[in-house]
Amino acid sequence: MSSLLRKNPYRRARKQSAFAGFDPILTGAVAVLLFIGTLLVYAATRDWYAANGLDPEYYLKRHVINIAIGVMLAWGTTVIDYRLLRAYTPILWGLGVLGLAFVLIPGLGSEVNGAQAWIPLPGGFQIQPAELAKISIIVGISMLLSERKHDSDQPSTKDVLRALVVAAIPIALILLQPDMGTVFIISAAVVAIIGISGAPTKWVIGLLIIAVAGGIVATKVGVISDYQFKRLQSFVDPNADSQGAGYQLRQARITVGSGGFFGTGLFDGPQTNGRFVPEQQTDFIFTVAGEELGFLGSGFIILLYIIILMRSFGIARRSSDPYGQMVCTGVIAWFAFQTFENIGMTLGLMPMTGVPLPFMSYGGSSMFANLIGFGLLQNVHARHRG
Amino acid sequence: MNQRSRLSLIFLQVFIASLLVALMGRLFYLQVAAAPTYKSAALSIQSRDVVTPATRGLIVDSSGVPLALNKVGLAITVDRTKIDKQLDKGYGVLRNLSKLLGLNFVDVWQRTRLCGELLPGKKAGCWTGSRFQPIPITKEADPQIALQIVERSDKYPGISATPLAIRAYPEIAGVNGAHLLGYVGPLTDFDLSGAGGRSYFRSESIGKAGLEIQYDSYLRGTPGIKTVIVDRKEAVTRTSQNTKPIPGNHLVTSIDIRLQAAAEQALADAVRRAKSAGRYADGGAAVVMDSTNGQILAIASYPTFDPNSFEKGLTVKEAENLFSEKTGVPALNRALQGLYAPGSTFKTVSAIAASDAGYSMKKSYDCPATVEVGTRVFNNFESKSQGVLSMKKAIAVSCDTIWYRIAFDEWLRDGGLKPKSNANDYFFKAAERFQIGEKTGVDLPSESKSRLADREWRKSWYEQNKDFYCNYIERSTKAQQTPFLIQLARENCLDGDKVRAGDAVNFSIGQGDTVITPIKLAQMYSAIANGGTIWKPTVAKAIVSNDGKVLKKFQTERLGDIGVTPEMITFLHDSLYEVTLSGTSAGVFAGFPVATSGKTGTAQVFGKNPNGRLKDDSAWYAAMAPTANPRYVAVMMVSQGGFGASTSGLGVRKIYETLFGVKGRTVDQAAVLFPSGKPPTKLPKISPATRPAGEKKP
Repeated sequence: MSSLLRKNPYRRARKQSAFAGFDPILTGAVAVLLFIGTLLVYAATRDWYAANGLDPEYYLKRHVINIAIGVMLAWGTTVIDYRLLRAYTPILWGLGVLGLAFVLIPGLGSEVNGAQAWIPLPGGFQIQPAELAKISIIVGISMLLSERKHDSDQPSTKDVLRALVVAAIPIALILLQPDMGTVFIISAAVVAIIGISGAPTKWVIGLLIIAVAGGIVATKVGVISDYQFKRLQSFVDPNADSQGAGYQLRQARITVGSGGFFGTGLFDGPQTNGRFVPEQQTDFIFTVAGEELGFLGSGFIILLYIIILMRSFGIARRSSDPYGQMVCTGVIAWFAFQTFENIGMTLGLMPMTGVPLPFMSYGGSSMFANLIGFGLLQNVHARHRG
Repeated sequence: MNQRSRLSLIFLQVFIASLLVALMGRLFYLQVAAAPTYKSAALSIQSRDVVTPATRGLIVDSSGVPLALNKVGLAITVDRTKIDKQLDKGYGVLRNLSKLLGLNFVDVWQRTRLCGELLPGKKAGCWTGSRFQPIPITKEADPQIALQIVERSDKYPGISATPLAIRAYPEIAGVNGAHLLGYVGPLTDFDLSGAGGRSYFRSESIGKAGLEIQYDSYLRGTPGIKTVIVDRKEAVTRTSQNTKPIPGNHLVTSIDIRLQAAAEQALADAVRRAKSAGRYADGGAAVVMDSTNGQILAIASYPTFDPNSFEKGLTVKEAENLFSEKTGVPALNRALQGLYAPGSTFKTVSAIAASDAGYSMKKSYDCPATVEVGTRVFNNFESKSQGVLSMKKAIAVSCDTIWYRIAFDEWLRDGGLKPKSNANDYFFKAAERFQIGEKTGVDLPSESKSRLADREWRKSWYEQNKDFYCNYIERSTKAQQTPFLIQLARENCLDGDKVRAGDAVNFSIGQGDTVITPIKLAQMYSAIANGGTIWKPTVAKAIVSNDGKVLKKFQTERLGDIGVTPEMITFLHDSLYEVTLSGTSAGVFAGFPVATSGKTGTAQVFGKNPNGRLKDDSAWYAAMAPTANPRYVAVMMVSQGGFGASTSGLGVRKIYETLFGVKGRTVDQAAVLFPSGKPPTKLPKISPATRPAGEKKP
């Protein structure tokens, strides 16, 4: 009986309640982030909307709906055994690539802030295929690298190459939008997955070098569009472009810095309420935390990310099979680099690229993707050995 | 999980942890270490200061009649930051605007150009302020036109109309006073940079010349500031601070508006007279001073300009004319900035020198037609012999040859071209008694220093010019190479560093390289009039607050004493009286019912005018009256005005006519300016409606 149970883990999972497998600390930390994020989205938009005669709760309502949908997706992702996901992975990947190709067709995709990244939907909604592509890439290459037809414990060069091709196609499409921030995050996740897959060290080091060199060449040769270049340049010299990207970066830093240790208090930030930082409910949500919650509040947010990520490393380590480990690692790298890129940009450590802050920024596609990623972590956790 | 995967995972974990710790560190730096900097930066982003300029204080004459006041104007302003963003850089908008205002497009365009944007020589009429200040095209717009601009803001983007207080110079009693009063204008980048030690708001005006700049800190007041918090669209969300403007304080001057008007009129008439007599007469100045304390009662310069034109908005032509040689550089205040050889008015100084040297003022001296000085012959004025004259009479008829002799003898005694180390230099020392070579210290800006051409000055002059004169053929232009000038250059090269005989004798009659300003001569004659005290000339008497409180009284200041004996003073008074009785100005002052004293001066000027003719003489007259108690010193100078007596002497007579209420040959007691015998000492009540005493009510 017990041996049967051990051989048939699917049944054991089914027997447990829907939330039994959730890691309480990880879940708690994400829930707190979602809650703070909701308050910040509200703080960032309510005065401005009210002042312009619009519904001050417009963004709040939509954000809550996004979270609700995202939580359901997370729950769905958790209860479906991730090993079953393997079966759907090719379909997921194919859909991601199609979506990415679709946004590039002129007249169909819509351009926001210089990146052709959205598919407009009826009712004012739009989806961003790149967010969902993150998941399909992580799941896809994890599958390729863990499914070995030979007896070796390590992926062969052929496996690595196949994984790279699978990753390269959507990355190339995102590069065409262009959305350098997402390319950077996905590349980091891919390198991380290959790194822990047990692939030969030369591959890992080689890929790291290619990634760094790629970034440098892209800037020099002009693969990066004017818009991208301006954003990168304004990172080097924030005063070069007083109303453009440099303006946003400087405003962001001033807004965070002016919060001081205790902050101005929620809903009471003059920089936030005056709307001096653009995109404040999305990419620059952390400035609201910085100004209104001060070092106390925004430091706590970073602490929550540290908890989430370190907890996720534990899940990865305890995972029963290489596939789960790789999926976990991919999701960790994604969350970590996206968080670092977003907050780093806000604080003037990283160049400006339009990536949202996981679990906090307003935006359906990224919220769904983040919570699906969270679901993947929980899924692996629920099914770790033992 | 194999070992390498495990290691990779640990490596990744450490790497990610360190990234997040780095974020935490950066956050700490921004929000704790650098928070004060960012807090003030945020404040400057969110807050806007709305500045309400303070009403400028009035400038009034000694009886409280306003010389400068404020009135409500309607300004049409251009915002350069907005029109620069238009496709045609605002060309079209300014064209429409100039059509609407009935102005020349060229003038409007020029008025909106920053001076720094333009090439040298093309700056006339440019905007001296910065790009971020609203640039007024006119401050006296028709309300109907202003309304059109406000209503059709789509047609006039970047143009606005706002009511504001403007400075007005009301020209009461026909007074102009442009050089005395100055004018106000926009702040320059220098003012805004705070380098002048004061911080200003962009929309403020500042005194630019004359009393307006001299006493700007009292007149300007403190602007009111309302600090509002704005959002990114510049919509005001709340007011954080609101201080009311504090009006500027009033300046009471020692000027009498009636006398000022008379002096201006007399000066203009004198110039006109000289011109109709065929003189070049390119300008002039008049100063009336209270010799007992140095207070200026009137001060005028010719040609003048309209101080109100700045607020109306200068056209390019008007701006160019202010500094143009053709129009006689009206911006120049010749009373303090014009340097001219004093001519025979200087003989009072020579008399003191001669007395110091032991010549008796009671003896008689020969006044021949010519005197040989070394190898050169120096002629008396009009080469006429006057026979033997008393010293007093010699001054009265302005004999030159007496002074040539004395100056030459003294020069020889001092060693001639090989001066003794302990040379007496009586003439230079007498000039030093009057502080020639120093500024008078008048409380008006940009005074020029007079020049005393003594031994040191010659040495320094020679150092600067010897290269030119010693290489004259190579250095000079073709036109300068006449035999006379080549000879002169040779002499200058040879011994230009020394006081030569010619220099010494020229000095004694106020010719040559010694030049003074009209206000300096007024100061010198005041010292003679009052018995020796050199007063600092002053215009300001007091600062009075808006509610009538006296905040500051300006003290009159003694700068020194000429240090001559009472006998010598009496001699000078007698001699100067004799000038009007039987001397050079006897004709001009014939029949004048008040006894006056004075001295004519007709000083040669070297060089040619643009019309090719030799320059005419400077016409001076320095006077003091009434003779018995010479309180009022009046000096007039007409540059290239010809004879001192007929041009300037008559001008001074006109001034005295107003001062003493002279009508024809009698004194009209009702018309006497200062019935108590002295200018008012009490400070007046200040009201913009005050009118001069004796003016008929309309």
